[in-house]
Amino acid sequence: MNKKVLRPYFPLFALPTFIAFIIGFIVPFGLGIYLSFCKFTTVNDAKWVGFQNFKDMFKDPEFIHALWYTALFAAVSVVTINIFGFAIAMLLTKGIRGTNLFRTVFFMPNLIGGIVLGYIWQLIINGVLAKFGYTLTYSEWYGFWGMVILMNWQQIGYVMIIYIAGIQNVPGELLEAARIDGATNGQVLRKVILPMVMPSITICTFITLTNSFKLYDQNLALTNGLPSNRSELLALNIYNTFYGRTGYEGIGQAKAVVFFLIVGVIAVTQLILTHRKEVQQ
Amino acid sequence: MSRIHTPDTIQKGEALPPEIEALVKASRKRKGDTSSARKTPYAFLWTIFLSLISVIYIIPILLVVLNSFKKKIWISKAPFSLPSAETFVGMENYSKGIEKIGFISAFGNSVVITVGSVAAIILCTSMCGWYITRVNSFLTKCLYYLCVFSMIVPFQMVMFTLAKTSDRLKLGNPIGIIVVYLGFGAGLAVFMFCGFAKSIPIEIEEAAMIDGCNPVQTYFQVVMPILKPTCISVAILEAMWIWNDYLLPSLVLDKTKYKTIPIAIQYLKGGYGSVDMGAMMAMLVLAIVPIIIFYLICQKYIIEGVVSGAVKG
Repeated sequence: MNKKVLRPYFPLFALPTFIAFIIGFIVPFGLGIYLSFCKFTTVNDAKWVGFQNFKDMFKDPEFIHALWYTALFAAVSVVTINIFGFAIAMLLTKGIRGTNLFRTVFFMPNLIGGIVLGYIWQLIINGVLAKFGYTLTYSEWYGFWGMVILMNWQQIGYVMIIYIAGIQNVPGELLEAARIDGATNGQVLRKVILPMVMPSITICTFITLTNSFKLYDQNLALTNGLPSNRSELLALNIYNTFYGRTGYEGIGQAKAVVFFLIVGVIAVTQLILTHRKEVQQ
Repeated sequence: MSRIHTPDTIQKGEALPPEIEALVKASRKRKGDTSSARKTPYAFLWTIFLSLISVIYIIPILLVVLNSFKKKIWISKAPFSLPSAETFVGMENYSKGIEKIGFISAFGNSVVITVGSVAAIILCTSMCGWYITRVNSFLTKCLYYLCVFSMIVPFQMVMFTLAKTSDRLKLGNPIGIIVVYLGFGAGLAVFMFCGFAKSIPIEIEEAAMIDGCNPVQTYFQVVMPILKPTCISVAILEAMWIWNDYLLPSLVLDKTKYKTIPIAIQYLKGGYGSVDMGAMMAMLVLAIVPIIIFYLICQKYIIEGVVSGAVKG
């Protein structure tokens, strides 16, 4: 379509999205950045305080705890999800009987919402721990491993699908050639398949990483931060700062900005890495 | 590109003329192997192994279904036992739960919000994405990069201010929240539509224009049909997100009047610790069943949509 003919149609084609985007993103984002430098309880009574919120934020021991607790949780989940997901993808690309059925089953939990998932696993984990006289909220580490198990159950199917697509793209001739040269199964995996599916590995690592960092619903439903906010991930900590205590809204917004910067750095790193890979190929 | 077909280079599922198909089969038979049996000598052991894992995978859902038929005190006492004559309560949990949280209206709200938002997103952002790619002016470029940027912003960043903004604009109802979803969900959708619209040959649109179509006709009769696969992918991704979303609607909607399914389930928990586990289990089942039915019907599209979203996003 000719540029000049199309251009006057802006109000019809782009304006609805543009207006909604301003309401749903641009205004809240801009306001959010501004308010992180203010002290306020509602938007109207904001008073500029400079970097005070950012200084106060790091004096909050719960926030520091949430930071490394989230980082540890993300690290453990990323490793376990990707290893299991990749292993299952390898098995499901061997042409085993029932492959389609298995794929259907493994992917299913991915579609269930976080709140529902949280309560499902609360039932199960509490049921198991009850045999030993504990509950999920006894210690932060029960909640930690509970969330790791939950995330594995939910996300293995997702990364599995991406890995299957990656593994199926490895040319058969390459595998054949490696076998003819006398490579063992382990060597084929390490020297041929893994390098070939590297783009999928990058994608899956970063998807699971951001998902773990942004985890909120599952955390809320499974432990709700108990015992005494020790099992709080970052997102829940931010929410509780906003809505749990009055007078801390500014600090909550400052935490949200830091949270955004962390997630942003992860996303930009992914972009650079995948881009570099594309150039090489 | 021409390619020599030998039995080994032909992949499973590749469309071939029937005579070649027959040859391939014959050749594989002659060698006494199928591709699967050759690659994995213990195929049946792996099948058994994967079946076991599948069972473990399904057990959590089965447990919830089982417990939804038990009396509530037995759910926390003996969550792993089958319902017996003593513990079985029939549909009582369901009727109580439905009444307690207003499940029917929550389900209605979820459907209205999800269908409305997805329809709005598909229509508006596909038009916008195509417009951005074709006009390619400074303004549209800005819009495009803002959309890409919005994809990496976590919801907590805009949570408080978005709730205030939508409150100010009176968007706290199932229709108003569609605007919020269109705005916050536009990033991914515009990005995906732009990516695909770039690959549409401009000659097709020029031909339509020479035949006398104005841009609106060109869009709806020529471009949108070509964009259909992307529309399906975007629809699946956004629908999965919106249907399961808890935090955004819980902050934006007027919760005394409108609840979605996740909000209703979280509402069961209440503020005071004691939860009616029976009603909880029943509501979890009711929340999962529609998703699983939808998944089993549209499995192919869902998996494709998820993969395309992951690779591009």
